[in-house]
Amino acid sequence: MGKPTTLTSTPVLALDGVGKSYNGISVLRGISFEIAPGEIHGLLGENGAGKSTLLKILGGAITADAGAVLFDSVPTRLSSPRDSIAHGVSLISQELALVPQRTVLENVFLGGWANAAGFATPAADRRRFDELCAEVGFDLDPHALVASLPLGKAQQVEILKALARGSRVLCLDEPTAALAEAETEHLLEVLRTLAARGTTIVIVSHFLDEVLGIADRITVLRDGAQIATEDASAHTSDSLVRLMVGREVAALSRTPAPLPDSAPVVLKAEGLTNDRILDVSLEVRRGEILGLAGLVGSGRSETLRALFGADRITAGRVSVSGVPVRRATIRRMIDRGLALVPESRKDEGLVLRRTTAENIALPSLGGRQIGGIVRQGAEASAVDRVVAMVDVRGSVRHVPVGALSGGNQQKALFGKWLVTPPEVFLIDEPTRGVDIGAKVNIHNLILDLAAAGTAVIVVSSELEEVMALSHRILVLRAGRVVAEFPSPADREDIMSAAFL
Amino acid sequence: MTTDSATPPRRRRVDFKDFGILGGLLAIVVYLSLSTTTFLTSQNIVNLLDQAVVIGLLAVGATLCIVSGVFDLSSSATLAVSAIAGVFLTTQFGVVVGFILALAVGAILGTITGTMIVITRVNSFIGSLAISIIYRGVAIVLTGGAILSVTSDQLDAFRVWALPVLDGVSGGTILFAVTAVVLGLVLWGTTFGRRVYAVGGNEEAARLSGVRTPLIHISVFAINGVCAAAAGMVLASRAGSAQPSMGIGMELTAIAAVVIGGTSILGGAGAVWRTVVGVIILTVIGNGFNLLRWDTTYQQVVTGVLILVAVAADSWLSRRSRRSRG
Repeated sequence: MGKPTTLTSTPVLALDGVGKSYNGISVLRGISFEIAPGEIHGLLGENGAGKSTLLKILGGAITADAGAVLFDSVPTRLSSPRDSIAHGVSLISQELALVPQRTVLENVFLGGWANAAGFATPAADRRRFDELCAEVGFDLDPHALVASLPLGKAQQVEILKALARGSRVLCLDEPTAALAEAETEHLLEVLRTLAARGTTIVIVSHFLDEVLGIADRITVLRDGAQIATEDASAHTSDSLVRLMVGREVAALSRTPAPLPDSAPVVLKAEGLTNDRILDVSLEVRRGEILGLAGLVGSGRSETLRALFGADRITAGRVSVSGVPVRRATIRRMIDRGLALVPESRKDEGLVLRRTTAENIALPSLGGRQIGGIVRQGAEASAVDRVVAMVDVRGSVRHVPVGALSGGNQQKALFGKWLVTPPEVFLIDEPTRGVDIGAKVNIHNLILDLAAAGTAVIVVSSELEEVMALSHRILVLRAGRVVAEFPSPADREDIMSAAFL
Repeated sequence: MTTDSATPPRRRRVDFKDFGILGGLLAIVVYLSLSTTTFLTSQNIVNLLDQAVVIGLLAVGATLCIVSGVFDLSSSATLAVSAIAGVFLTTQFGVVVGFILALAVGAILGTITGTMIVITRVNSFIGSLAISIIYRGVAIVLTGGAILSVTSDQLDAFRVWALPVLDGVSGGTILFAVTAVVLGLVLWGTTFGRRVYAVGGNEEAARLSGVRTPLIHISVFAINGVCAAAAGMVLASRAGSAQPSMGIGMELTAIAAVVIGGTSILGGAGAVWRTVVGVIILTVIGNGFNLLRWDTTYQQVVTGVLILVAVAADSWLSRRSRRSRG
């Protein structure tokens, strides 16, 4: 598979064996394809397949450490966004790079305003702005503040900004993820117009039908490798899902312990609703591992946060061991035996400046005190016990946890909740950014906890992980539970439910 | 699992950052001892410690705030209002009750400051600046702009914080030492102290660990209010009176002392002993300029450079530790 189709004209942009690794872990390797002027190229793959990394390399936000990027057949080093802009590449990320407090006109020419001896000459910018708008058919008020624009319009400002810089290649990362349907239609129409004028477009999107509807060719990535670069017309969304999923990756050595029929329900949620999730109902039994699958932004993490009392819910209720929880707060949920390993250990999980021991001790401080004074001996033995259980390597008491490796940090994050093992363990991305050894340790830890009776809900962007760990899998899409699969589930079924 | 990692090597790391500041103080002390005959006299040491008391009390309170990730610019205004209230209450109820009530007023003002900042969610720097202006206004309203004095028969007892009580050491010095030791132990060895570090280091992580972060912030403001009131009573004790413009600008000197000691302005790292060292360094530098008969204009230049060096070292060290993370 993956026979590259031939181009009819000289490529504006070519990749030759491009690769990138972090700390010896390869996230992208051997990417080679060419893109013709005026082509719309779709970049597809699962979460973590390397799509965004590849786009960021093109945009100069990160630098490739293998292979070459060629513009008009000339190898070029892209080491900063400035380099990429100079070569006519503009990257439009999901988080728009605009100054919200300033006007549309100022943003379109951000940093490159027309001037006479340093004094801005907005009239010249305005003429150029009107020309550009007329060319691509935008209807934007140049004096509106960007902050006041709906997202679809703000995206148009980004596109105009790119064109004003003379960009030949537009890279868009999930441009339609947050758009309403009408806005999406309009954006796709705009992209077709731009391509017809000769602008090359590279688009990353989770919406397969959308990509098939607009792209001339597609490249599929899986685990950082290029699986196929082919004409879009040769594919259906089903065939794309098959390419993205590929063969079954070697399963982890262990599977979850069988769940007795008599296992009681520990956590039950009915109709949880807030601004990110809608009517989510689920239950987990003692010793059960429930997997939540879905795309980024589908409401998986938000479901865990709502269960834990970290995000407010506007409707629905949660009960623990049959007892309803009124006005859930984090404290109340912890008291009921819940624990949360959050998605980002850096932002939400660990106090990086403090030691591993202090981080592990934090949630259970109240249980080892006399009149507010920490019982240092009890704390030391509790920490030692947990450190042995999760196998943190490195100095636990004398260096900040932020100085440990990602894997050891992640183990410390689990350790926080193991001083007294929780009744219900909510785990968001159990192994993000950790090496394979730590990953196996963490998987075994989760399986052991469940076997000892902890109810677990696990969220992961890696479908293999969810499939390997779970007794049962719920699939979320756009904040709702859309499907349920019992354990050994079919990968393609899950993917279809998540994507389509 | 493996047992060999159960007892991690208890290697004592001698970190330059941990003790560099003590070395700095020691160097200044040695230099002044050798180049003057007056520095290392007990009278000079006693004076020096007494000079450190007011800024010291403010700085120790500010340490808890900064470690928990907030700034309190209202502390010197709290100092003024508490001292005015303290002097008035002393005239009504006597010296002892007056002092205790002054601390209570400081605690209440600090609680108000903290609560306002937590509820409005404004940046603590700006929020406490606004509140400090309000408190200064209150101080003027309370006194009508005048100086408020204790009665002449109370003056001897009231001046206990300014006068030598123990081998020439002033009451204020002892008050500062006790406060520093107590708050140092609170920060180091209590569950509250641990939570203060956690909230300052990563508020969201602390919240998700079940720490009631608003309560922690209100508490540190309240403690800082008590420290400010104590500083105010020391100042009032020296003058025998209080007035609305007391202590203006001292909150910034206090923050400078905290930073010079090596407590991180980013929150989550630092200690009370560092602040004590920072305060003493600032005081010793002032003392040294006097003893050496150097032009005191340069004292400000030296202090400014010291603050810059301390902050730069902090940001350099935290950048380096971020980079070394795998």
